Amino acid sequence: MNNQALYNYILGVTDNSLILAQRLGELCGHGPSLETDIAITNISLDLLGQCRSYYQYAAKIKGGDTTEDSIAMLRTEREYVNVLLVEQPNEHFGFVIARQFLFDVFHLLQMQELQNSKDETLASIAAKNIKETLYHRRFSSDWVKRLGDGTEQSHAKMQEAIDALWRYTNELFEITEDDQKMIDAGIGVDVSKFKETYYKQVAEVLEEATLKVPENKYFQTGGKKGIHTEHLGYLLTDLQYMQRTYPNMKW
Amino acid sequence: MSEKEIKNLEAIFEQRIANEEKIEPKDWMPEKYRQTHIRQISQHAHSEVVGMLPEGNWVTRAPSLRRKAALLAKIQDEAGHGLYLYSACETLGISRDELYDQLHSGKAKYSSIFNYPTLTWADIGAIGWLVDGAAIINQVPLCNTSFGPYARAMVRVCKEESFHQRQGYEIMLTLCKGTPEQKAMAQDALNRWWWPSLMMFGPTDAESVHTEQSMKWKLKRKTNDELRQQFIDQTVPQADILGITVPDPDLKWNEERGHYDFGEINWDEFWQVVKGQGPCNRERMKARVSAWERGEWVRDAALAYAEKNAKKNIKKAM
Amino acid sequence: MKKEWPLWEVFVRSKNGLEHRHFGSLHAADAEMALANARDVYTRRNEGVSIWVVESSNITASQPENNPEFFEPAKDKVYRHPTFYDLPDEVKHM
Repeated sequence: MNNQALYNYILGVTDNSLILAQRLGELCGHGPSLETDIAITNISLDLLGQCRSYYQYAAKIKGGDTTEDSIAMLRTEREYVNVLLVEQPNEHFGFVIARQFLFDVFHLLQMQELQNSKDETLASIAAKNIKETLYHRRFSSDWVKRLGDGTEQSHAKMQEAIDALWRYTNELFEITEDDQKMIDAGIGVDVSKFKETYYKQVAEVLEEATLKVPENKYFQTGGKKGIHTEHLGYLLTDLQYMQRTYPNMKW
Repeated sequence: MSEKEIKNLEAIFEQRIANEEKIEPKDWMPEKYRQTHIRQISQHAHSEVVGMLPEGNWVTRAPSLRRKAALLAKIQDEAGHGLYLYSACETLGISRDELYDQLHSGKAKYSSIFNYPTLTWADIGAIGWLVDGAAIINQVPLCNTSFGPYARAMVRVCKEESFHQRQGYEIMLTLCKGTPEQKAMAQDALNRWWWPSLMMFGPTDAESVHTEQSMKWKLKRKTNDELRQQFIDQTVPQADILGITVPDPDLKWNEERGHYDFGEINWDEFWQVVKGQGPCNRERMKARVSAWERGEWVRDAALAYAEKNAKKNIKKAM
Repeated sequence: MKKEWPLWEVFVRSKNGLEHRHFGSLHAADAEMALANARDVYTRRNEGVSIWVVESSNITASQPENNPEFFEPAKDKVYRHPTFYDLPDEVKHM
């Protein structure tokens, strides 16, 4: 494969969506109301759809027997390069919303840049994703406000979730070697450029939600290098179960 | 109102239904009509919502991204169907919270089929093929039932449900065309889901208490036994195409009747599961109650926020 | 606090040129949420281009017991319908 950097870059973008979709899928049938269940499932479906487009493209680049499913389900834990934020568990609904919100703000900024990529496939997938992501951002922001500025109890729970997940936000803006190659080629997005915008946009919503912007400046990192939190292994156990137990079959 | 006046109203009411007129929520209706509809529609809604659980089991473990997306979309539809049906039920003057209370306290029933476990991926195929297949047979006649909101909800449900059975059958087909291991998985799923699927049509006509009244109100068009026969006749050839065997040694085509004869259903098992003794009754209820309780602070917060921000952000239609 | 999210009625315009039609109802804590829920519940198969939501309690309804005086007087006003008027066959398309 002469395009290893592009391949890796695509995984860097897409693993986030896959792992988050998987987390949201766990909630199916267990949400706080039927309407919320339907909404969360919709987001999960959007993210899954995005993954499929990217992984299909990545599979084409890699060639051979590679398929969207072998990429999604047959790597070792160390080969997944999603950020730590998206693999964090659904501790309670506040975590679901906080994780979604902290990711959506980033994801939208990322897609808005990626639609200008010199790589036409990436650009066109991104352009389609923007609409979905815009809606996700709106959904999660609304809920951050509802829970933050709802009852005393919900305020505390929402603050707890924001505080707990804050340490994973800085990693969103890290750039790997392959990312840098792709940025230099005009294909990848220099995410570090909108770091300030990100924190500003996040702070605006948190403020409206009467939540405190955490002051913690000590951040966790590792996901982009394949060094994850303990949670990912269990998630992958489910995700990969069928492909691992029954290798080389069609489903 | 005197008893005579009520009798008179009832006669007019029954005549309207006999004339294929629809009954709408604010129309006068006999109390029994209201109660029967609340019971049946809510039972139907509960079945959709509890039915999300056995399939939800496999969302995280679906074998491919395509299957995962299709399964999620299907379960999402079921949530939607539950929602349409609860809404139809609410027009009869009962709130969704009250309906949930009835479910959570065990007062209300839901389809027993969802008290069986989903143990392998093939079970997801079998549910789509058999359980949704049986549900469609039960549901299509309801698109024309006498109570307007129920009929309208069912039209929507049936329209959306048409992909569910195909989704399930396609899963089965892929397994049956796959490796011996996969085919065995499909056969095993059919073995476990066949009899419970037949039970979905309810007790035999001789044992069924509500049938006559339900026929009059068009809650039913055919009897349990007729529907069950229809299901068997339609499903057996589909199993043949798959190349797997229906687990009933007594199953054979009866030329004279023009139907399949089939073996005795284990009615003791049926009643035990109805009474709560099925393999997963406890787990299903626990999951529903727990989701509801864990969601309470979220629902309360959203209401509190709405009250604080009333009138803010409202975009008028005109 | 034990209170239910209020009920909303959902109206959807399937495409431009058509009126908004009643699609069904749902629960939501506020108008924004009602719109979002309506989008996910009633237009996930691309059924709409515009959504209205209105809290059910804001709808005023005629009562079936008033139907005789409400609707029956309109039944015999045949002169409101074109077929009431006799025209010779030679006059076409009127």
